[in-house]
Amino acid sequence: MNRQKIAHVLVGLWLVLLAPGAAAWNAAALVPNNSRILATGGATQIEGQAGGGIVPWAVLAGYGSSGEVGGSGFYTHVELKDYSLEAFGAAVSFDNRMELSLARQEFDLGTLGRALGVPDKELRQNIFGLKLRLYGDLIYGVLPQFAFGVQYKHNLDFGIPAAVGARHDSDADFYLSAAKLWLAGPLGRNVFANITLRHTRANQGGLLGFGGDRGDSREVMFESALGFFITRHIAVGAEYRQQPHKLGFSPQSDWFDAFVGLFPGKHVALVAAYADLGTVATLPEQRGWYLSLQVAF
Amino acid sequence: MYRQGMQQVVMTLALFCAVVVAEPVVAATRLYDQLGGEVGVVAIVDQFLFKLADDKRINHFFVDTNVKRFREKLIEQFCALSGGPCTYTGDSMQQSHAGMDINLAAFNALVEDLIEAMEQCKVATGAQNRLLALLAPMHQDIIEKP
Ligand code: HEM
Repeated sequence: MNRQKIAHVLVGLWLVLLAPGAAAWNAAALVPNNSRILATGGATQIEGQAGGGIVPWAVLAGYGSSGEVGGSGFYTHVELKDYSLEAFGAAVSFDNRMELSLARQEFDLGTLGRALGVPDKELRQNIFGLKLRLYGDLIYGVLPQFAFGVQYKHNLDFGIPAAVGARHDSDADFYLSAAKLWLAGPLGRNVFANITLRHTRANQGGLLGFGGDRGDSREVMFESALGFFITRHIAVGAEYRQQPHKLGFSPQSDWFDAFVGLFPGKHVALVAAYADLGTVATLPEQRGWYLSLQVAF
Repeated sequence: MYRQGMQQVVMTLALFCAVVVAEPVVAATRLYDQLGGEVGVVAIVDQFLFKLADDKRINHFFVDTNVKRFREKLIEQFCALSGGPCTYTGDSMQQSHAGMDINLAAFNALVEDLIEAMEQCKVATGAQNRLLALLAPMHQDIIEKP
């Protein structure tokens, strides 16, 4: 199967999955009651799935518990030394079992665009997400909640990625993730942890295409998140995301963020973070701030 | 890069601890006292019952419930669990919820009502979490199918 075919199959699959979800919802089998506990749908990470800022977590979007439907919409802005990134999208989850999401990223090349004198001023991509809860519950039970996820990404501006050696303009990341919330941890605070193992060959999360002169095979990358709930409305934490290194033209650093998440109620969440993406497309020390607004039900 | 990342994680943790420790430390006292003793537990249960009665997601479960008994058993249970001077004399969680077809959504809704009740009674975050941690394992006896 060639790439194009795989792409069509994946997007087709995504659409096919929407149908039973919507049908079940329609048949009133699922109700929008949002019974899950505050903050258990996380925020929306940069690729449009329930998670933190940069890491997808094993939790599902919104507040739908068993027999319920939930969902979220988000807008995120990241401002780095030489670049900025905007992301927005929506996700819906059924029966706290399956999450479908759509997101768009727009990466402003800023300084680099002007220096290269290239016609493209931004790199954009669309991301189709699917996440399935495989086992367990975030809060109840000894074992964590496990999920399997797919992010199918499609570049809209492939000129620059191709020029720096990227092999493909679209690809899918696959991951397994586990998340657990411990009630009354240190000092009586709830503690959250998540580990995600991602099979990927995406350069800068796919904004610089997939695969490259240094290799075309996917690798397993480690991602993690740790959070503490100071109160049930305020979480602080940090995330780490390892990156593959497929393009020879520039080093590719691992990503890091430290965040404060505010959950005033189930319908709105706000995340502010310090982000450090290291060297991005030859420009070092890409640090800055991250702000994300989520609406959910 | 990775080392630098770790440094930042440590800094974040240090900041977190500073924030939390700044609160009065009550970890040494009994949970029962943190909940406000007898008066506190009774107030929490009463608020909880009001929330349950108002909660359209789950109040249908309680239409035939003997509220007087339910209230009494809940007070006993919360008191005993939190280290207070009570003995729980009600039925086991498995017996009292058998055949009700309670799913995880209903369980979550009830937990949320309890949290709201504790908020209303101004129970400290740490004490709220400790009581929830004692109740959470009961899900396996109450929920029909996990
Ligand atoms: C950790 C969670 C829960 C705790 C600690 C708890 C505790 C109790 C207690 C102590 C009783 C009284 C037992 C007796 O009469 O001897 C009871 C009864 C009852 N519970 Fe729960 N419960 C929990 C979850 C739920 C949930 C999720 C539902 C449904 C949404 C529910 C519905 C009922 C009903 C309807 C009764 C009354 C049964 C009767 O009329 O005899 N409970 N529960």
